[in-house]
Amino acid sequence: MKPAPNIFSRMLNVHRDVCGYCGCCVSVCPEGALELIDAYLSVEENCTSCGICAKVCPLGALEVVHEK
Amino acid sequence: MKSKYEVLVVGGGPAGALAARTAAEKGLSVCLVEKRPAIGAPVRCAEGIGKEALAEFIAPDPCWISAEMTGAGIIAPDGFEMTLESSLAGGKVGYILDRKVFDRELVWQAADAGAEVYVKTRASAPIMHEGRLKGAQLEYCGNSAKVMADVVIAADGVESKFGKWCGIDTTVPVREIMSSVQYVMTDIDINPHATIFYLGNEVAPEGYLWVFPKGKRAANVGIGISGRKSGKGHRAKDYLDRFVKQKFPHGKTIECIVGGVSVCRPLECTVADHLMLVGDAARVVDPLTGGGIYNAMYTGRLAAEVAADCIAKGDLSKKALMVYDQEWRASKMGKSIERNYHIKEYLIKQPDEKLNAIIHSVSKLDLKEFSTLTLIKELLKVNPKLLVELGALAASIR
Repeated sequence: MKPAPNIFSRMLNVHRDVCGYCGCCVSVCPEGALELIDAYLSVEENCTSCGICAKVCPLGALEVVHEK
Repeated sequence: MKSKYEVLVVGGGPAGALAARTAAEKGLSVCLVEKRPAIGAPVRCAEGIGKEALAEFIAPDPCWISAEMTGAGIIAPDGFEMTLESSLAGGKVGYILDRKVFDRELVWQAADAGAEVYVKTRASAPIMHEGRLKGAQLEYCGNSAKVMADVVIAADGVESKFGKWCGIDTTVPVREIMSSVQYVMTDIDINPHATIFYLGNEVAPEGYLWVFPKGKRAANVGIGISGRKSGKGHRAKDYLDRFVKQKFPHGKTIECIVGGVSVCRPLECTVADHLMLVGDAARVVDPLTGGGIYNAMYTGRLAAEVAADCIAKGDLSKKALMVYDQEWRASKMGKSIERNYHIKEYLIKQPDEKLNAIIHSVSKLDLKEFSTLTLIKELLKVNPKLLVELGALAASIR
C-alpha cells in the first residue's frame, strides 16, 4: 500500500536558484509527482516526500523539509 | 497547428527528430512538439559518437562537429593510463559533436521533409477515449490545444512522462540513474584528439569521469555517479569540482550543465496501443558507456518506419506496433545494450584494486579493432576467470 501523501508533515522544497532543470529527479520519482516544465520543476500533490529525488540531484537543489 | 495528424512526436531531441523526419519522408502528416524554446539546449550530453554510427543517419558536417577523435585513454584508479590508438582501424573512431547545432540540424531536416515543428510547446496529458490513446493535450505560450494522432511517438527524454501517463512504468531505479554534471572548459592542457575516461570509486563511484575534447584547449569535463552514491556533500558536482581543482586549476568554465543518464535495462515493453517510446524515454541508453545519441536516432527512425507500415495497414494496436519492440531488441543495438548491461553490472561491483588489475592487463594487449566488444573479448582472453564471473554473458561474447 502506498503511503498517503504528506501524512508525515514533510514536504519537498525546490531551491530554484540551485536547480539546473535537468530532469534527473523526474526519472527516479516512483510516484510520477515531478515534472520538468522547460526551466521549471513542478511538484504535484501526490509527492510523498520520500526524498529519492533529493538524493540523486547532481546539484543538491531538492530538500525534504520537516514541518514543525 | 492542425487538430489531427497521423503521427505526433513528443520531444525534439535526436530520437524525436529522426522519428519525425522518417515519418515525413514516408509521406505521413507529422507534428513534432518540443517543450523548450530552442532545440538542442541545454545540451545535457558529453556529445561523443562513433563515426560509422553517425554515418548511418547523417553525413558529417563541420558545422556541428567540434572535434575528431583518433584515440582514447582510460585512467585506472591508481593513475595508470591505458591508451588506445586507432591506427589499426584506419583512424576512424569518433566525433565530439556540438549538440546545440547538431540537434537543430536534425529537426531542420525533419521540417524540410515536411514535418510541422512547434517549439515551446508541451504535451501536458494524453487524450484517452474509451481506454484508447487518441492524441495529446498541448500547451503553448498560454494556449491549449487538443491534437489527435493515429500514433504518438514519445521521445520525451530522461524526464519522460508521456509513457507513465499511459500506464508504462518508466521509473529508473535509484542505483541506475547516473547523476551527472559537466563543465565546458577552456584554456586547459589536453590531448585534443583523445577521449579520456577516469575510473575509480574515489573519482566517480559506480560511474566515470570524462574529458572529451571540444578543441585544442577546450573540452567537456564531466562526471556521472550512481544515484545511490549521491547525497549531501558527495554529489556529482562535489566530485567534479574536486577533480577540476586538482587537474585543471587554471581552466575556465564557460558552461555548466547537469543531467541524469539511465543505465538500467530498457523498458520491458516500449509500445502500447497507439503509443511508441523511443530514445532515452525508452531507456535505451548504453548502460556501460552512457552513450545515447545513436540509440536514440536508431529507435526514432525504426519507430517511424513501423508506424508507417501500421498506418498503411490501419492497425495501430500494441500487437501491431510490437514489431518495433521486437526489432530493436533483436538488433545489434539491442544485443549490445543487453551485453553491456552485464559488463556494467560486473564492473561497478569491483573494488579499485581489481579495476587496476583489469586495466593493467588490457593495456598489454594489441587491440586490432577499436570497440567495447573487442576490448571485452580481449579482456576475457587474459582473464579467463572473468568468464565464470560474468556468467551467462560470456556465451554471448565468444
